[in-house]
Amino acid sequence: MGTYVLRRVLLMIPSLLGISVVLFTVLALAPGDPFEELATNPNVPPEVRLALRAQLGLDDPVWQRYVHWLTAMLQGNWGFSFVSRIDVDTLIWQRLPVTIAVIGASQILALLVALPVGILAAVKPYSWFDRIASTLAFIGFSLPTFFTGVLFILLFSIELGWLPFVFRADVPATGWAWWWEHVKQSIMPVAVLGLFQGASWMRYVRSSVLDVVRLDYVTTARSKGLAESVVITKHVVRNAMIPVVTLIALQLPALFGGAIVTEQIFRIPGIGSLLIDAILRNDTPVIMAVTFVLSCLVILFNLLADILYGWLDPRISYS
Amino acid sequence: MDHKDLRGLIAAVKDGRLSRRHFMRAVAAVGLTAPMATQLLTWSGVAHAQTRLAYKPTKRGGGGTLKLLWWQGPVHLNPQWATGTKEQEGSRLFYEPLAAWDPEGNLMPVLAAELPSRDNGGLAADGKSVVWKLKKGVTWHDGKPFTADDVVFNWEFCKDPATSSSLISVYKDIKVEKLDTHAVRVTFQKPTPFWAEPFVGTSGMLLPKHLFAPYIGAKSREAPNNLKPVGTGPYKFVDFKPGDMVRGEAYAGYHQPNRPYFDAIEMKGGGDAISAARAVLQTGEYDYAWNLQVEDEILKRLEAGGKGRVTIVAGGNIEFIQLNPTDPWTEVDGERSSAKSRHPAFSDKAVREAMGLLVDRKSVQDFIYGRTGVATANFLNNPARYRSPNMKFEFNVDKANQILEAAGWKKGSDGIRAKGNAKLKFVFQTSVNQPRQKTQAIIKDACAKAGIDLELKSVTAAVFFGGDFANPDTYQKFWCDMQMYTTTMTQPDPQTFMEQYCSWEVSQKANKWASRNISRWRNDEYDKAHVAAQAEMDPVKRAALFIRMNDLVCGDGHIIPVVFRPRPSAATTKLAAPLSGWDNDMWALPHWFKES
Repeated sequence: MGTYVLRRVLLMIPSLLGISVVLFTVLALAPGDPFEELATNPNVPPEVRLALRAQLGLDDPVWQRYVHWLTAMLQGNWGFSFVSRIDVDTLIWQRLPVTIAVIGASQILALLVALPVGILAAVKPYSWFDRIASTLAFIGFSLPTFFTGVLFILLFSIELGWLPFVFRADVPATGWAWWWEHVKQSIMPVAVLGLFQGASWMRYVRSSVLDVVRLDYVTTARSKGLAESVVITKHVVRNAMIPVVTLIALQLPALFGGAIVTEQIFRIPGIGSLLIDAILRNDTPVIMAVTFVLSCLVILFNLLADILYGWLDPRISYS
Repeated sequence: MDHKDLRGLIAAVKDGRLSRRHFMRAVAAVGLTAPMATQLLTWSGVAHAQTRLAYKPTKRGGGGTLKLLWWQGPVHLNPQWATGTKEQEGSRLFYEPLAAWDPEGNLMPVLAAELPSRDNGGLAADGKSVVWKLKKGVTWHDGKPFTADDVVFNWEFCKDPATSSSLISVYKDIKVEKLDTHAVRVTFQKPTPFWAEPFVGTSGMLLPKHLFAPYIGAKSREAPNNLKPVGTGPYKFVDFKPGDMVRGEAYAGYHQPNRPYFDAIEMKGGGDAISAARAVLQTGEYDYAWNLQVEDEILKRLEAGGKGRVTIVAGGNIEFIQLNPTDPWTEVDGERSSAKSRHPAFSDKAVREAMGLLVDRKSVQDFIYGRTGVATANFLNNPARYRSPNMKFEFNVDKANQILEAAGWKKGSDGIRAKGNAKLKFVFQTSVNQPRQKTQAIIKDACAKAGIDLELKSVTAAVFFGGDFANPDTYQKFWCDMQMYTTTMTQPDPQTFMEQYCSWEVSQKANKWASRNISRWRNDEYDKAHVAAQAEMDPVKRAALFIRMNDLVCGDGHIIPVVFRPRPSAATTKLAAPLSGWDNDMWALPHWFKES
């Protein structure tokens, strides 16, 4: 097991390098200039912009810039943003907690919806409950988050006036009021993300449980006279969860991508809105760092999924 | 209007025969901005007009939190680096200039004790120096006094090229010296009738010397106060998250009595313009939202709820079309659109005149921009009340046809006019932006009726405005027959603005297309007028020169103004927020309050 993990971690290095090369080249080839605003401002002489470009090394050949970036990165120096001149790691650390909180909450919501509904639907397939749940699930994952987000805002903020739609990370309150404000402003983004994710997970849970529920050992358990609830929770769900857990682990990084849109709609100061701003301003160091963090997450969660799989299913061994 | 007429008008203002407002309207009609007009009056010995802001609260504080929504939040709070208005606005919560520009183009003293004038000896007769007297008893938020040393320091900070300040062009050619603890003299190399640029308005926010002195030059990035401003403004810094949130609280030691009204201030960033408008106009979650580039129809619908209102302030932006004077399709010395070439069709004035008649500006305003884009025949943008009644634009397909016919451009079998080898078939480019594509379509339809075929091209904004000199589709290269975009006038004085038609500024290969004359229109008389204006001692004659330049550009037909684009913003009904088109939205922040 230890050697397996070590091998996988070592394999991460070439993949991360490859990712960074591709990212860097694509960004270098893409049009745009972080000092675009200087170029269109007639009061700023072009020399200022050219001097800034030279100072930040933007006029060097691409490979040279990449080597600079890589050596600095390896020494733990993430560089600084071209537009704000703030260190990139500071920016990311400022944004990460909010993203993790919102995504975490939405994942819990997704699980709370997907697990019971999926299991119940599979235990009584093609019943009315199953049909309604499946229809809602189809609607849920076919509506994109940017659509449901705006729909929620129109309904709950503008028509009904119940919830605020501008998210603020630092609520000026303490104690219970602080928690209440946070819950109130998080309901919509968490619901949008969580229900979208929950809908697709529910389908996976259902089919996975359906596969297991027909197996012989379940029939045996039932014929032993075990209560239905014991059969389902102890015998069926436990085995049915193996593929589901892997799937959840694999899908987590993709969620960060989905969160970008939601963060933009609700003005959540998370890592996704940082990425969007950076892309709009051609702020290469920030784009590189954020996408790099995201790709690390993808690789890490892949590894985690594989390890979890082995742990849940003893038939699989990595030694 | 020449300098004699101008002098007559100024004399009339002096005697009281003509109101200031009428004077400004008269000179605006010929292309002078309101700030330039008020400077003319001051220099000629007419007293400054006093800015009057209705301010009702009788004590400091008690107003709760003022919540501002910026759909693009500031990413740093150092005004000397600000490349866009969002950083300027964020900095303006904490920092102040010596004086600010009010909506009429008058100066309002902020950190200055009084405005320099000829009478109080502040303005030198030769126009080469200005003495600013500073207000006494002003303190920085950390309690240290504000003195002349701070003002001198800001000049030193900005003029150092290693600081890479975006204000370098304002400060690099002047000299600032301390006269006593509360007076400085600004000396210009040349007579400068427009003396109110250094330390004034958007380019004048002052940093404290005692905190920034160690970080002058290349080390400026490391200054901790880039993110934690300590200014003299009405609000004291509390917290800042780049791109997301700026927070401040009322500064108890603020130098203006009974101000500020609000106890705290917040500037939230992020999101998009439409939902920002909603948060103010529909739900009232926020008090003020900036720069609402949203279709006017939507704004009107949101406004109908009655919770807030949209304020439209004339800024310096104008949407205009350039007809290329050079040939974009033939390479001369390895360069397309070379300044040495001539456009086969647009070199004929009849064609340019016809094109001018085929741009239906009124429809563009009525059906596309609404209140946010006002049809205009002028290149210089002014507040609506100063808009020239004399300059006329016309939409007339028949007249365009007659002009082309008379000039010998005959319709061929394909319905497209031609003369000799030249055909009236043009490529018309702009950036990808819905209103622009709609405008292009309106113009294409009209041109088709006059036997002119337009091929429409739209380039992604990132490429079009990107300034990448390896890319053929940038607006700086203008490798196309016609193009349309918005140009901004960020300075109240027209000298830099009008430089964009000087021949030495022609954007070409030799300067990596980084120079400012993008249209490549050139005119000897124009060049001479601009050179003369730079060195003109007499501000009245100088103003007359700018008027002449404006006539030359607009009269020649290579430049077709379409609409000027004022800045719309939204405020809740009770908020009293005076805005000015010549300064930041936050120019009068200490005077903001809520009606009870």
